[in-house]
Amino acid sequence: MVQHSERLDAAFAALSDATRRGVLEQLGRADASITELADKFGMTLTGMKKHVGVLEDAGLVATAKVGRVRTCTLGERRLEEVTAWIDRYRQLWSARFEELDLVLEDMKRKKKEQSR
Amino acid sequence: MKNETKVERISENEVVITRTFDAPAQLVFEAWTKPELMRRWWVPRSMGMTLLACELDVRTGGTYRFVFPSEPEPMAFFGRYLEVTPHSRLVWTNDEGGQDAGQVSTLTLEERGETTRIVLHERFPSREATDAGMGAYDGMPESFAQLDEILAG
Repeated sequence: MVQHSERLDAAFAALSDATRRGVLEQLGRADASITELADKFGMTLTGMKKHVGVLEDAGLVATAKVGRVRTCTLGERRLEEVTAWIDRYRQLWSARFEELDLVLEDMKRKKKEQSR
Repeated sequence: MKNETKVERISENEVVITRTFDAPAQLVFEAWTKPELMRRWWVPRSMGMTLLACELDVRTGGTYRFVFPSEPEPMAFFGRYLEVTPHSRLVWTNDEGGQDAGQVSTLTLEERGETTRIVLHERFPSREATDAGMGAYDGMPESFAQLDEILAG
């Protein structure tokens, strides 16, 4: 459980950066080498290596070296784990806000009636 | 059409929720500050429970208290209002974990024409508390199953 929570923390830290989220989106479409990712995001190779390292530590990305090229792929299961967790929080708030929509409709209607 | 509820974890201990409502800021603010209105939406019907108590003393330094039915005894959530600026800003603490726990929620309302955009910023005292806070609803798997069905439908 603790281990699970730590991994989740690492995943969230990894996702707190816009470039890293972009990298995940990109890898969701197709595998890419670190060089390709660096070009795509207008970064140095060293900078991109760091980002990929953080994502890899969090288990969100897996890399494999073939010859001289390191190819990055999505660590699919972990990403689902992270999104499932935040989705649950979002579900509660969407449900609350849908009820709030109804309350507000009701308030608007009453106000209209009063002003007649 | 339903407006989208966006939830983002912006740091290890902060979560930001944004949503737009088709009503003026005054009404949205009232819905967050009048007990008889708040109790109608704070616990969505899909959760299959009603609040036992919803007491709000909305003024700077005032307190609030929600009581949920629970076994073996009811569960209370309470805290204090740190800032109350009608129709634009509401700041409150969540003190079940102790007054020093430092969980602070900041609601800002911004009227845009006929609609109001709200930003709810929740700051938890620690990364661990954020995880726990976001997982606080794990204890209600049945109601969430119901919710899933509703959302899927």
